[in-house]
Order: sequence, then C-alpha cells, then structure tokens
Amino acid sequence: MLQLHDVTKLYGSGAAQVRALDGVSLSVDAGSLVAVMGPSGSGKSTLLTIAGSLEEPTSGDVVVGGSPLASMSVDERARLRRRSIGFVFQDFNLLPGLTAAENVALPLELDGTRPRAARQMAIEALEGLGLDTEADRFPDQLSGGERQRVAIARAVVGDRRLLLADEPSGALDSANGEAVMRLVLAACRRGVAAVVVTHDAQLASWADRVVFIRDGRIVDGTVPPPSPEALLQAAPEP
Amino acid sequence: MSVRHALLGLLSEGPTYGHQLRQEFEERTGDVWPLNVGQVYTTLQRLERDGLVESDDGASEGPQRAFRITAAGRDELERWLHTPPDLSAPPRDELVIKVLVAISLPGVDVRRLLQVHRRRVVELMQQWTRLKEDEGELDLAFALVVDAELFRLDSVVRWLDAAEGRLKRASVSEVGTDRSSGPRLRRRLVVR
Repeated sequence: MLQLHDVTKLYGSGAAQVRALDGVSLSVDAGSLVAVMGPSGSGKSTLLTIAGSLEEPTSGDVVVGGSPLASMSVDERARLRRRSIGFVFQDFNLLPGLTAAENVALPLELDGTRPRAARQMAIEALEGLGLDTEADRFPDQLSGGERQRVAIARAVVGDRRLLLADEPSGALDSANGEAVMRLVLAACRRGVAAVVVTHDAQLASWADRVVFIRDGRIVDGTVPPPSPEALLQAAPEP
Repeated sequence: MSVRHALLGLLSEGPTYGHQLRQEFEERTGDVWPLNVGQVYTTLQRLERDGLVESDDGASEGPQRAFRITAAGRDELERWLHTPPDLSAPPRDELVIKVLVAISLPGVDVRRLLQVHRRRVVELMQQWTRLKEDEGELDLAFALVVDAELFRLDSVVRWLDAAEGRLKRASVSEVGTDRSSGPRLRRRLVVR
C-alpha cells in the first residue's frame, strides 16, 4: 500500500543544510501496522509528511496504492489525500466551529460527497468508535480521549486505505493511549495500512513491525515476534 | 514473588485443600506463574510450623488435608500487604552493567549496542501486547500482570533512550576537554 524507495529530504542549503531523511526505504502492506520509533529530531515526522504527500522528497520515490506520487499532478495528489489517506496528529487538529460529525464528514464533503451521505458515513464511523452520542457535540465539549477518537474517525471514514499518525496519543493518559492504538489496529484488521510514528514503546508495541529511525536513517527493525504463548512457557517459577 | 503470602491470602477466604490452593493461585495470578504441587505442600508445612495456618488433626498427609489460616496468619498477611517491597537499593541490573562495561571498553559501538537491546525489549513488548489484543477475553488478574510487565519493559526502553541521549551529549562536551580535570560526580551506591 505504501512504499518509500531510498527517500532523502534536505532542508536549507550550504552549511545550514539539514539532512532530515537519508536514504529511507520502507514498505507497508495493506492490513498491517508499522510503528516508526525515534527520538525528536530523528526525521520520523518528516517521513510521515512525505509518505502522505504533504511534502516532496529531495530524491527517491514514494508509491501509494501502486501510484508513484512523482507522476501525479498537484490536483491528483490533493485528491489522493482527500480520498485515500487519513492523518492523525498529536493535537487532534479538529475544527472548533464544527461538531464531531461535521469534522468527520468534512473530508468527504470536500471530495464531493453529498452532505447527507457524508453525514451518514461520519455517524457510522463515530458509532464504530463508540462515539454515537457525541456526534453533535463541539470539540470543546469532548474529553481529550474523545477528541482523539473523533480525529481517528475522520482519518478512517469512507474508503481510506492509508492511515498516518504522528504521536497519536499525544498528552493522553495510558488508558486512552491504549484505546487509540486499539482503534488504529482495528482499522488495520479491516485492511487499512497504517504508519504510527512515536517515541513511546508501549504504543509502538501494538504494531506488527517496529522500525527504528536515527538521524534520518532507518537503523533497525523488529522481526515478527513468535506467538505470545512462548512468554508464558518461559515464565520462571515463583 | 511470595508464594507464602499468596497462599495465606487464599486461605483467608476459608479452609482449602492443598491441590485447590495450587489451582486458585495459578488462576489468581493470570496463569503466568506456574506452581508445582510440591512447592505448595512445602510452603504449607512451613506456614503450619510457624503457626500461621493449621490443618485437621489426625488427617493424613496429602490432597485430602484441609488447611485454614490462624489469627497469627491473618496478622502476618495484613502486615505483608501493607509493607512496601524493598525498592530502596538499585538492583544489580544486568543491562545497566553491560552498558557500563561497554562504555569503558575501547572499540565498542555503544549506540549500536543500545539499539540491539532496545530492539529485543520492544520485540518482547510486542509479544505481551498481543496478549492484550482481544480485550473481551482478558481477565483482570492477567491484564494486571501484562500491564506490569509492559511498564517494566517500557522503563528499560526509556532508560536506553536516556542513555543514548546522555552518551551523545557527553561525546560532544568531551571534545577539547580533559576528562581527568574538573569536578566529576562520583557516588557509591549500595547495590544488592
């Protein structure tokens, strides 16, 4: 669903030039959740904005759903972002003047879905996340955990196939952080490909695969773990 | 892990046979710590010797012997529950020692070493997290044990991250300075 081939991103020039990404290759299949772990300044957020076509790489290729982004026009990329890619940010980025349902319906309406149909899809997405009674509330009437669930509903509503999340649990407590990752994983089990960038190992551990980024390079990755039952057989006697 | 006090806890709910205690113990601890039946009987004998439990007079040794908690046993259980475990001295942590040895040896890529350990710990965390995936089937005792393990492993990853940051800053500040001069923080820790 998402492939990055040897992607490099430079900011600035001359002595002030910063190499934010340095030859990054990454492949995320439909239905799988990949976490990118790294400290701040390691390039993980840049990786996400480039994967979501919000920025262009200095060199290298990004392919989403089989289509190379470099071969698309500006309009085609905007359409891809509206239709196929959902974003979740640390600070939720909900529009304060719109209700939960209106926030979720917005990308559909921007893409030409009729308001009534868009609202229906938004309500269904909210119901799927246990927010059916919050649909007509405004963001400031929701708790932090509820706001983030609305943001996830907006990111998965309609036929979105790629979910990109940047520190999605933000300042949420661990129970809400876990709830966020359960929702992301549930979307993946329905066939969505997801990339979550985080510095938090507990969040990352929900992923099928964790890759580690340092100074703009992917330096390591987990191998698929054996079945969890192995843990229990290995537990020492008390 | 105190089997002794866990058994007292189970017996505080009423008299129980030894083989039932084993089963109950495993269920209450989320089946994470298997217990052999010999261990149960040895522990019960010691508890009886210490006057914390008593068994039926004249009953034969073995599975048909019921045990009950004494008043002294209840006092001991209460005392144990409210006494914090000894966390005052840092444990002799093998990973910390490995890293301390690594930074003192020439030619060891410490960043790489930290990453090898980080990956292994995150892989373990992935396994524990998989056990939480089906929330509907998660029983409370087991969920608490899994959470405890995840927080413990998470703290290891955080320490590795902090160590990497500290090493990076140290390598920057070392350029052009003489390590033998200047104040250095040295503190002797009591290590268990």
